[in-house]
Amino acid sequence: MTTMSGEFGLLLASALFALGLIGVLIRRNIIFILMSIEVMLNAAGLAFVVAGSRWHQADGQVMFIFILVMAAAEVSVGLALALQFFRCFGTLDADAAGRMRG
Amino acid sequence: MNAMLYISGFVAMISTLMVITRKNAVHALLYLIVSLLAVALIFFVLGAPFVAALEVIIYAGAIMVLFIFVIMMLNVNIESAQQERQWMSPAGWVGPACLSAVLLGELIYAMTNSSIRLINVSMVGPKQVGISLFGPYLIAVELASMLLLSGLIGATHLGRRNGRNGDGKNRERRNS
Repeated sequence: MTTMSGEFGLLLASALFALGLIGVLIRRNIIFILMSIEVMLNAAGLAFVVAGSRWHQADGQVMFIFILVMAAAEVSVGLALALQFFRCFGTLDADAAGRMRG
Repeated sequence: MNAMLYISGFVAMISTLMVITRKNAVHALLYLIVSLLAVALIFFVLGAPFVAALEVIIYAGAIMVLFIFVIMMLNVNIESAQQERQWMSPAGWVGPACLSAVLLGELIYAMTNSSIRLINVSMVGPKQVGISLFGPYLIAVELASMLLLSGLIGATHLGRRNGRNGDGKNRERRNS
């Protein structure tokens, strides 16, 4: 029963990660790209917690806390970059910054 | 309790699929919150109540509020009344409400039937997590504090309004 739930948890984590990756690839709005990155980080944390609960250790939850910290720092910097992007280009389309000023 | 796990996973999948296909950012955020709540319920079923609480408080609370504030700052358009009426229409919130009603039903079922045990009898509680976090992982905690400090400084630096790359000059350059 425990192995069944572990397998299901890992499958769910990989499916959520794939959905987040698809979201990063198909969306061009910066806010949606950041949301998809959050989904991917959450899926990675889910995999850690599932593995930790499979072996009855606390290490999985500790790693989830670190992922949480990293996601918070990443999203604060990312949203500040999105604000700056909107001020520079007047849009949130990521393709607007596709050309370098060489 | 396996049924709770499968239902929560199904809700998480559906709502994440909705996140990456919505047009409106606030609707996508609603679905993302439902997805995070579903994952929190999965954590609870798997015997990790501490990270379930952290998921709800920090992910679905703090980080999503950050997203909402940034969307609010970016929506500077004038068509407010029409858009407000459009947001009040049930098409926006009935999907997340149904999905979170499923989650609420599961939660009430789990809380009322206290005879049902969790799948993992050996639950890893907050005490074990704390002992492990401040024992072998102490260096990583220090590194995480430095990461948070650098994130704070970076967000403060990037979020300034009147920097060297202020909006006036670039807007003019874009319009010309």
